[in-house]
Amino acid sequence: MIDLKGISKIYGQKKVVNDVSVSIAKGKVTSFIGPNGAGKSTLLSMVTRLLDQDSGDVLLEGENILQSPSDKLAKKIAILKQSNNLDLKITVRELISFGRFPYTKGRLNDKDHEIINEAIRYMELEDFEDRYIDELSGGQRQRVYIAMTIAQDTEYIFLDEPLNNLDMKHSVQIMQILRRLVRERNKTIIIVIHDINFASCYSDNIVAMKDGEVVISGKKDDVIQKQILEDIYEMDINIECIYGQQICVYFDEHKDASVDDFIEDQVHLRV
Amino acid sequence: MLDRKNNRLLIVLSILTLVIGGCYILYQLNFDILFYQLPSRLNRVVTMIIVGTAIAISTVIFQTITRNRILTPSIMGLDSVYLFIQTVIVFIGGAQSILLMNDFVNYIASMLILVLFTVLVFRYLFKFTGSHVFLLLLIGIILGTFFSSLSSFMQMLINPDDFLILQSSMFASFNAINESLIWITGGVVLLMLVIVLKDFHSLDVIALGRDHAVNLGVNYDRKISQLLLIIAVLVSVATALVGPIMFLGLLVVNLAHEMFRTFKHRYLLIGSTLIAVITLLLGQMLTQYVFKQAVEISVIINLAGGIYFIILMLKESRR
Ligand SMILES: Nc1ncnc2c1ncn2[C@@H]1O[C@H](COP(=O)(O)OP(=O)(O)OP(=O)(O)O)[C@@H](O)[C@H]1O
Ligand SMILES: [Mg+2]
Repeated sequence: MIDLKGISKIYGQKKVVNDVSVSIAKGKVTSFIGPNGAGKSTLLSMVTRLLDQDSGDVLLEGENILQSPSDKLAKKIAILKQSNNLDLKITVRELISFGRFPYTKGRLNDKDHEIINEAIRYMELEDFEDRYIDELSGGQRQRVYIAMTIAQDTEYIFLDEPLNNLDMKHSVQIMQILRRLVRERNKTIIIVIHDINFASCYSDNIVAMKDGEVVISGKKDDVIQKQILEDIYEMDINIECIYGQQICVYFDEHKDASVDDFIEDQVHLRV
Repeated sequence: MLDRKNNRLLIVLSILTLVIGGCYILYQLNFDILFYQLPSRLNRVVTMIIVGTAIAISTVIFQTITRNRILTPSIMGLDSVYLFIQTVIVFIGGAQSILLMNDFVNYIASMLILVLFTVLVFRYLFKFTGSHVFLLLLIGIILGTFFSSLSSFMQMLINPDDFLILQSSMFASFNAINESLIWITGGVVLLMLVIVLKDFHSLDVIALGRDHAVNLGVNYDRKISQLLLIIAVLVSVATALVGPIMFLGLLVVNLAHEMFRTFKHRYLLIGSTLIAVITLLLGQMLTQYVFKQAVEISVIINLAGGIYFIILMLKESRR
């Protein structure tokens, strides 16, 4: 369980995160959603001690994270940021091996290699493991970073937009792996995600943010509501139930001749 | 696979260092003056090993921290400060000043001021630039130019005889180094080396950048302060001992990156040290036997390093 108590961050005059207090339940997938610039990444960085907050506390199982030694925390929480670029001559396997650093300080044993192999398998990176990461596609590279985070094997895993650059198949695969980690190993997973339908289908809880504040936080069905989402995103959103899942269908109903003519043409052609 | 290739490369470089070092010591050895010649050559070789190690290690760490391949502590203005110190000494005390004439006093004074300057600059820089490479480069150039201009201004005011004596300290030289200073520097460099090598794995993690390093449990800010202090000490003692060789670090560390093509500091630290020693030995042989002491070793190395620096800049700007 992680408790955020009155967290704020100010850049210049602007409160980009404003007095946020939420609890993140253990053993669940919690998704943070909200428009660009809502403060999701900033909040995640503060919760994982990458960034100092201007006020407020983060309690990890009752203990202030700034009071725990960094190397101990690294065995408990792992964070993957939204964008990662490394200008290093480093291979896929070497980078994933860094996930074991908190435990081994650089000297890998058999168990570590096993965990690394498993992470490679999870992310289907067997074919690339000896390639340099700057020779991979964007999506392949993203999977390497996720594998590194999984190899860190922490109770709490934070992923900021893990589906960046990924194709449909791998997006679904990763969400299924995350669910499996929760089910089989009782991990707690916190993600930032823009695809509202992925959030709706795969999370237990959702925290919706806007303008640095938490608009609502709760069970996913309490958050995936037409009125709430329309307020957050300032657009028309319809929610349909498909195969027992709440699916959002969103398109702008404001009239725009050039686009709407095109859409209408398509409809006529099909009929 | 890659590791095996790199291990082999390290062995080749070690053998090369031994062979070249041996050649330097034994070449045209004159048995009549053996007792003079041998210790003097040995002193030079030991000095080259110490200076090469200090410069290579400090540059590797500096580039890892700033995540760039163009900047070195020397390029950040340290060399100009050294020259400035020497100029001020002559300007105030004249060339007979004990600060200039007494190696020991000069060494201690230069070293302390350099360490102080470097620590201050680093502290300040990293707080305000967040180690953005081009901002750092800009500030380095400004600092360098500032101290060089001050030095040239003072040099115009001092009398020509004093200037001639001052001029000799403007170029690094491995000739006639005070023996006890060699041992002091060697001791300091060895101490720093032990501290660095004890925890070289965390350098690998720091190379991933602050966020990854913190995530992986490195106490980043403390570790960086510690490393910057080590860099400051290493560069300062090396410069105070032999004088400025601005481009040596840049040259050897980039060569090491090209040769080893890895991020692993095990290879980068040892590899660039060996390359530095080889470079110094070759440079010294060129100075002594080809140019008959007419050209300083630092001029040769700066020429090679300077050209390499320009190539690097061009490559960087094309990306
Ligand atoms: N280092 C910084 N300095 C100044 N402002 C910043 C900084 N980092 C973020 N901001 C601002 O803080 C706000 C929140 O940024 P943040 O990255 O947390 O948004 P986000 O919700 O993750 O958005 P996105 O969905 O686009 O990733 C933005 O308005 C951004 O411009
Ligand atoms: Mg973000």
